[in-house]
Amino acid sequence: MAALQDGTLDAIKNQQSKLLGDWIGALEANGATRNLKEQDVQQQTAEFLRLILDGIRNDSGNNIAAPGWADTRRFLEGLSNSRALLGYDSHQTAYFIFALKGPLFTVLQDYYRDQPASLAEQLLSVSELLDSFAMHTIRTYQKTREAVIKRQQEELLELSTPVVKLWDGVLALPMIGTLDSQRSQVVMESLLQRIVDTGSEIAIIDITGVPTVDTLVAQHLLKTVTAIRLMGADCIISGVRPQIAQTIVHLGLDLGGLVTKANLSDALKLALTRLGISLAKV
Amino acid sequence: MNVRSSGTQPIRVEQDVVLARQTARKLATECGMRLVDLTKMVTAVSELARNTVVYGGGGDMDWEIIDDFGRIGLRLVFRDEGPGIPDIKLALTDGWTSGGGLGLGLTGARRLVDEFELDTAPGEGTRITVTRWT
Ligand SMILES: Nc1ncnc2c1ncn2[C@@H]1O[C@H](COP(=O)(O)OP(=O)(O)O)[C@@H](O)[C@H]1O
Ligand SMILES: [Mg+2]
Repeated sequence: MAALQDGTLDAIKNQQSKLLGDWIGALEANGATRNLKEQDVQQQTAEFLRLILDGIRNDSGNNIAAPGWADTRRFLEGLSNSRALLGYDSHQTAYFIFALKGPLFTVLQDYYRDQPASLAEQLLSVSELLDSFAMHTIRTYQKTREAVIKRQQEELLELSTPVVKLWDGVLALPMIGTLDSQRSQVVMESLLQRIVDTGSEIAIIDITGVPTVDTLVAQHLLKTVTAIRLMGADCIISGVRPQIAQTIVHLGLDLGGLVTKANLSDALKLALTRLGISLAKV
Repeated sequence: MNVRSSGTQPIRVEQDVVLARQTARKLATECGMRLVDLTKMVTAVSELARNTVVYGGGGDMDWEIIDDFGRIGLRLVFRDEGPGIPDIKLALTDGWTSGGGLGLGLTGARRLVDEFELDTAPGEGTRITVTRWT
């Protein structure tokens, strides 16, 4: 691989402001600056160009893993992280670098007008270098997103699902957090097992801590209730807040087969009545 | 109509559905939506984002806070480049599912928002735009 020549360095330096302007123009035209402050875009493009110039000046070569490119790599890692957090996808993130190609090639074409061999060689060289940096950006981006997802997955699964005995024969299951399918399965299994273990007659599923009841959550609830009934026990759903009740109606969910209560204490009262227990003040 | 702010969020995997809901909740709060309206919008997001992952093979959610002569609204676009929906009428029938769902996601979401627009064709992906005004 041919190295980058000093001429390329000169060409970039001489045309620096035009190059930056065209680059930013290309970024804007492709929506790759959305939600970014203008001054951040200016600062980031100028910084990357400066790092590239430094790298070429120091003969860092075309292998971006070389020590001479350490600062550039670090800069792109920071960029990639911040873009991932802003909700940019990997394509938009890498476009930061790809968008530089067009303007840069124009500059080189101009400079090496009378030296076609050098032009071809330098174009290829610059192109390879930028591609490597783009790949590095994408890899970092992916790592960031994977880390975010993994942490969230763990958080979701970590939420414990306690099964509480409220009374002889009455179990309560306060559900808290997001009922993604994996967790619902765990919840259901532990509840069914406890019903068997304790010989309970009534289970109360409390959904006060579930922020969103959509059709998937409803489907899990319906399945759980069916399984409980098949075991010969009864089930009450509590914690159906007004806004959730209205949403369920609009979704068109038919929960007619379920016994629901607004809060846990109403549900417990109903459970006790069913068991023939009456409480009185002493 | 003015766009006050906008952004995009990837919806590729199941966990992104949770993130999409969180974003929608935050934006709806920013718009000053009442709790009932916010809950409806977030639930619609849950349905549409999950469809994007499950049926669309992943996609993106674009969001916009819009201002229509002082009326503030939240507009969301769910787009994917999946197989598309061959029979729109069927898909918009209560209880119809090609998978193992309850078949109430699309119709339910439509009832939970003020404006609902479905743009899809076989092989061309799916694009659903929903708006809820405060
Ligand atoms: N983004 C999408 N891409 C392709 N098909 C879709 C998409 N969204 C919904 N569908 C189709 O519409 C049907 C109905 O969707 P929905 O009402 O959410 O019910 P469910 O998710 O329970 O199947 C789905 O079963 C699927 O066939
Ligand atoms: Mg669905």
